[in-house]
Amino acid sequence: MVQSLDRSQGRSGGIAAGTSDNPTFTGNRALQIEEPLIFEMGQPGRCGVDLPEPPKVKDRLNGLRRAGEIGLPGLSEPQVVQHYTRLSQKNYAIDMGVYPLGSCTMKHNPRINEKVARLSGIGDLHPLQPMSTVQGALELIDGLAHWLKALSGMPAVAMSPAAGAHGEMCGMMAIAAALEARGERARRKVVLAPESAHGTNPATAAALGFTVKPIPANERGRVDLDALKAALGPANGSEVAAIMLTNPNTCGLFETEIVEISRAVHEAGAFFYCDGANFNAIVGRVRPGDLGVDCMHINLHKTFSTPHGGGGPGAGPVVLSAALAPYAPYPWIVKDGERWRVAEDGAAVDGKPLGRLKAFHGQMGMFTRALAYIMSHGADGLKQAAEDAVLSANYVMASLQDIMTPAFEGPCMHEALFDDSFLKDTGVSTLDFAKAMIDEGYHPMTMYFPLVVHGAMLIEPTESQAKEDLDLFIAALRSLAERAKSGTAAEEFKAAPRFAPRRRLDETLAARKPVLRWRPSNNPPEGDPMKQAAD
Amino acid sequence: MADTKYTQEHEWLRVEGDVGTIGITQYAQEQLGDVVFVDVPQAGRKVAKGEACAVVESVKAASDIYAPVSGEVVEANAALADSPGDVNAEPMGKGWFFKIKLSDKGELAGLMDEAAYTDFVKSLG
Amino acid sequence: MRYLPLTPIDRRDMLATIGAKSVDELFRDVPASARLPGKISGLPDHLGELEVERAFQDFAAKNVSPSTAPFFIGAGAYRHHVPSTVDYMIQRGEFLTSYTPYQPEITQGTLQYLFEFQTQVSLLTGMEVANASMYDGSTGASEAVLMANRITRRNKALISGGLHPHYRAIIETTAHWQGYHAVAGKADPEGLEDPIAKVDKETSCVVVQNPSFFGHVRDFTKLAAACHAAGALLIVVVTEVVSLGLIKPAGEMGADIVVCEGQSIGNGLGFGGPYVGLFATRDKYVRQMPGRLVGETVDADGKRGFVLTLSTREQHIRREKATSNICTNAGLCALAFTVHLTLLGEAGFRRLAELNHAKASELADRVAAVPGVKLLNDSFFNEFTVRLPKPAAPVVEALAGRRILAGVPVSRLIPNDPAVDNLLLLAATETATEAGMAPLIAGLREVL
Repeated sequence: MVQSLDRSQGRSGGIAAGTSDNPTFTGNRALQIEEPLIFEMGQPGRCGVDLPEPPKVKDRLNGLRRAGEIGLPGLSEPQVVQHYTRLSQKNYAIDMGVYPLGSCTMKHNPRINEKVARLSGIGDLHPLQPMSTVQGALELIDGLAHWLKALSGMPAVAMSPAAGAHGEMCGMMAIAAALEARGERARRKVVLAPESAHGTNPATAAALGFTVKPIPANERGRVDLDALKAALGPANGSEVAAIMLTNPNTCGLFETEIVEISRAVHEAGAFFYCDGANFNAIVGRVRPGDLGVDCMHINLHKTFSTPHGGGGPGAGPVVLSAALAPYAPYPWIVKDGERWRVAEDGAAVDGKPLGRLKAFHGQMGMFTRALAYIMSHGADGLKQAAEDAVLSANYVMASLQDIMTPAFEGPCMHEALFDDSFLKDTGVSTLDFAKAMIDEGYHPMTMYFPLVVHGAMLIEPTESQAKEDLDLFIAALRSLAERAKSGTAAEEFKAAPRFAPRRRLDETLAARKPVLRWRPSNNPPEGDPMKQAAD
Repeated sequence: MADTKYTQEHEWLRVEGDVGTIGITQYAQEQLGDVVFVDVPQAGRKVAKGEACAVVESVKAASDIYAPVSGEVVEANAALADSPGDVNAEPMGKGWFFKIKLSDKGELAGLMDEAAYTDFVKSLG
Repeated sequence: MRYLPLTPIDRRDMLATIGAKSVDELFRDVPASARLPGKISGLPDHLGELEVERAFQDFAAKNVSPSTAPFFIGAGAYRHHVPSTVDYMIQRGEFLTSYTPYQPEITQGTLQYLFEFQTQVSLLTGMEVANASMYDGSTGASEAVLMANRITRRNKALISGGLHPHYRAIIETTAHWQGYHAVAGKADPEGLEDPIAKVDKETSCVVVQNPSFFGHVRDFTKLAAACHAAGALLIVVVTEVVSLGLIKPAGEMGADIVVCEGQSIGNGLGFGGPYVGLFATRDKYVRQMPGRLVGETVDADGKRGFVLTLSTREQHIRREKATSNICTNAGLCALAFTVHLTLLGEAGFRRLAELNHAKASELADRVAAVPGVKLLNDSFFNEFTVRLPKPAAPVVEALAGRRILAGVPVSRLIPNDPAVDNLLLLAATETATEAGMAPLIAGLREVL
């Protein structure tokens, strides 16, 4: 009781306290079923698996047998199925509709990808089987590597990074290695990144001991070339190691002066790291290698449709220029005559590998899915997908520009960026607007990113939505914008979402008094249907 | 009456004798929103003017607090660990961060008085 | 193209709304010199689903599936039976095709299972708090060292010779490029190493593995005390998480950070990934922990709900001052882990561990009875090391020629060290059968 009272303190003033109208006995609302934690469901004596009685053997555990209960709950298989099915019904997903989360590329995730990743002989291989028994797996990885090199126009690729940020670490280590080989690592301590960069860029550079200096944008949302040149300084004394640039950038715009940027960077003796998060906009139409990029990670879970899975796993192979290729980390795939093998740590190989970033050979399950996606599309389909993504984003932009406020003029690439000036003096914030989208059946767009635009709303429809679905989405946003501008709907917006499994959650309370795990003493708060049921 | 000074980083410093108490201003707490955590320096730590020595966090932001003057930390507000909301409720009172023994009172000359700070906040729009 | 809903008429109408003559106009910001004239040459066009599936079946046919051969490979990835329910659940679109739960009102499903996952990991490891997963155990171990460096404000990590060589290599790589010291002990196949004497006032942490890479089960209680006396942290790595059903958890030995590879529960071998890293620590260090965290709270109606919390540690807010550059985690693999562990429960998880230990005990006795083979372990869980009378790598190749997947020659992971040339790592899980053990023993007798 005391704990419950304590938790109600400090509730954010931004949350309109609401009343549950027409409560049901169970707290359920038809298909929306309230679900306890597994720890509140278990009974001793229940188990969801049948395992044979273990033969009695003498312990060889060095006297370290675990004493006491672990505390895991016991559930039967049907309970487990129901629990996770009910939980699943509290999630929005690509499979349900428009998921316009800018920068995240929520495109269709084909199920053939899932099927082939699970084939016997692919999904069940051990990474350390003798290489003679995994020739097909190595060929598969090399097949994907070939596509990634061809699509990017780059001569080499490091396949092992586990995600985009991990790929950034790999690429920036390769740059550090190249500078070390030149004897310039101590001098070149600066990494330039636009203020609109993903947070991972400065975090990666700082982790490697670089000082991050922002480069300003011009009024068109692109890198200010003169400011960049000034920051680079003279070639022979430049302190700049690299520029980290997303292209198309996080405002959804192609860097028009990209060729001049890369030339200036190279003339200063620095490297060009391209954040490939937005590669999906240009696949098949532009090769980053032709833009002078030295390395770029490719988020397979964005551009090549491997499922986001509620936040992972991802995969972030890094394509490398000839200048950086010698520093690629272990492992990589080699073909000796007709035989495939993996070059692993310590083996005699060319180059000066920067080390190892991940156990085994990388995210094979993601490689399989990405290659299935790529083969399904082919060179023609990949190009068409990029074009449709750009077309859809521009269509959304054009259809909303009279009622919402685009942040920049001109065509966008794969995502449309709006600022919150159309909400000025309405009492409705970007957050409120986004939460109201939830009640209309949509996942909100990316909010408050990039940081350079006030109250940013970044909409990425992807190529996966039919025009009639885009039209309904556009109509819904127009309706919301009109309601917001009416000046009388602020309270309604603040109360949104009203129809989601939960209304706005108190993030202040969560951060002030962190409850990060269940404990037997945790009780559901007052007013919680589970609590009432228990009473 | 203690003399209260202000910085452009929206910190206040109230000096009594050679000890200054430091916190953030009403304007700063409004900008931050609900404060959820404050990381204060340990007593005994020597800090230089302008050095980042504390962090104040809201749900979506983390801001460094810079020492407005040089000196040695003599006390930190331990109560903030359990009630960071004090920073919102009474930024100039219960929500103080730490106390510092000034090593150079001359540094106070570079800080704003209340009237100057009020004008400064107005200039931010 | 089956994935693209826009028709030529749709495209024409949409261009009209935009006011563009062609899609090329939308790409006008691309410098002329970088525009490709047509398709990239040398790449094939799209394929139907049937053709794609056939291509992957062709890849699969060139491999030896562990389900078709006697199988005794471990070394950081373990073959276990994964119940059908697990794979069914993780393929539900609401889980599979959802993003990171940044909008908690419509992602309570993901948030609740991650909260349950965090609790399960805390319980298994005997620690106070766990995050919502890392990429895998190997990268998690490296992040643990960085965390220890931050907490202790020191920069020398001692790496046990019992740590998985890939894990060691990752820590050493990170140390080199991020500017700290990683001092690795010699490979420790006998399980005799005692790092206590090396812990000093510069040491930020000691990284050990239990059971070790070579299979030994060790008590690190004294090492933990020695670390704490010197102001250092103890990091314990577990690559076979099923062992926690039978072995005293590192939390009870005094560990400060526990990192596990969670693959064994819920996740198939998958040729090395994706897997799931478990990361647990003490409450007092939670603000230095990398990765996402889910916390409990209430909604505007007072109902219990879950949100991502303590996010100010992370890169999207703290940028260059973040605890880590990590963004993605292993959400879906964490789901597979938590569904499988929920099916197992207390009774099932313990029995699974007992079965593994029993199978490995049987295998160890039978392998040690082969002439010339010496078992190096007094203690082990489901994996152990034997010394063969000749180099292990060709022996393993010879057995592979007979479709027997007979463990990992240590020299594959520790090359250029003659002391380990004859060592072979063997693992047996609940999946081991007499039909597999008999050919292995017979094969060893013939090859040796």
